[in-house]
Amino acid sequence: MFVTRAIRLGSKATSSVSEELRVIAPSKLAIEDVSKSFKTGTGVVQALDRVSLQVGEGEFVCLVGASGCGKSTLLNIIAGLEKPDGGNVLADGKPVTSPGRERLVMFQEPALFPWLDVFGNVLFGLKLKPNLSKKNRHDVAKYYLELVGLSRFEHANIHELSGGMKQRVSLARALAPNPRVLLMDEPFAALDALTREQLYGDIQQIWKARRKTIVFVTHNVREAACLGDRVLLFSPHPGRIREEFPVELPRPRDINSVDLAAHATQITKALKSLGKAEVTVAR
Amino acid sequence: MKRFLLAAAFFAVLLLLYLKNAAVDGTLAKATVITMRRLLAGYLIGLVVGLPLGLLTARWKLFRDTIGTMALGLQTLPSVCWVPLALLWFGQTEAAMLFVVVMGTLWSVVIATDTGVRNVPPIYRRAALTMGSKRLHMWFKVILPAALPFIVSGMKQGWAFAWRSLMAAEIFVTILTGFGLGQLLHYGRELSAMDQVIAIMLVIVVIGLLADKIFFSPIETFLHRRWGTSQA
Repeated sequence: MFVTRAIRLGSKATSSVSEELRVIAPSKLAIEDVSKSFKTGTGVVQALDRVSLQVGEGEFVCLVGASGCGKSTLLNIIAGLEKPDGGNVLADGKPVTSPGRERLVMFQEPALFPWLDVFGNVLFGLKLKPNLSKKNRHDVAKYYLELVGLSRFEHANIHELSGGMKQRVSLARALAPNPRVLLMDEPFAALDALTREQLYGDIQQIWKARRKTIVFVTHNVREAACLGDRVLLFSPHPGRIREEFPVELPRPRDINSVDLAAHATQITKALKSLGKAEVTVAR
Repeated sequence: MKRFLLAAAFFAVLLLLYLKNAAVDGTLAKATVITMRRLLAGYLIGLVVGLPLGLLTARWKLFRDTIGTMALGLQTLPSVCWVPLALLWFGQTEAAMLFVVVMGTLWSVVIATDTGVRNVPPIYRRAALTMGSKRLHMWFKVILPAALPFIVSGMKQGWAFAWRSLMAAEIFVTILTGFGLGQLLHYGRELSAMDQVIAIMLVIVVIGLLADKIFFSPIETFLHRRWGTSQA
């Protein structure tokens, strides 16, 4: 109850829609010596072992690795959803201690709320932002639904959407509070190839239009080469970053282009040679 | 067969006559109002107390080990078992009646809320956390709505239990502050007036059905539509 009252009081000083939709500076991320282990039934798993990583403002970084190599754990730590055993995560020089709307996450599983319709879901994060009037919130939500091409489905229930549409709504929901960083955890893994190809185009366009720092986790090398400025290879047990591949291809990139395939082949080769050294075990 | 049908028809006429007389002289309406008043009061108290208790047991181990275990145990206890104690504590009063109804409703609401909250997929919490939802906002805007299907089925069960408890209480507790449906049924039995007994049973069934159609059905239809859980 205190929360809603605070929001109502705060909304007196409203910020305008244009201000809210302003392209803001993306964050710089610094991950320093982050370690994390989990206790499981069979013993302790070292998910991350002194991982360090710098992500520049507005950079699109892809983390690639087999399942269970700790890349999702790293993403959760950057999001502030999990605490590292050691090391620091800095966003714009400030340590990350808790989750916050500066760094929004798009999950692999549909994390949309089934008790709200599409519009309600996109509005959820906006309602938690102070200094916005009701009308402005609605306008902002509409803008992002338009951006992902789902204006027509404003009032649809979540279960009525296809997998691709669900992920578009998730993207709109994550973009709506205007975060500086977007963390994407295998967001397209469960989609069919055709839908995925469409979304590769969309995400590049949106990234360009909205200027976000994006950390993108995937096990699909081609996807990583298509989207990332840089592709980082993860190896499991313990999770470490092993190699780094800059991808210097012009954008927008087409997943089916020959140049991209060449990059992907090179990365896949490196990934395989990592895999030879140790058997990958799914978590 | 013919004789049976004839007897059934004869009884049906008696039943209708009783219902007509009871409706005309107001006994039925009065009893229904009294019963519904007791039922609603007890049910609402059960809900208002049960929901927060369920949240507490789902959230803190201390409450789970105490209230949660107690709720599990007491839910198996038919609420008519509370009648002797209720009479001892409150005497032949409305309070005794209320107490029995509350005991009938409360525990199933506690358990349903607890189950509902624990079944909320953790990903909803995580997603809401990143968007800045905390504490009360998290409880009211994420966890409770996510647990709603469980809570509603618990409310429905609580309603059924409240009815049972109240009928038991009215049959066993005779008080002068009002004759409810249960008491009418009881005196029908005492007087061997089976038309009265069965007529009251019918009325109880009809009220139960109406409550379901008017109150629970719309909520359930909404939930099914939103969650996409059934084509009903």
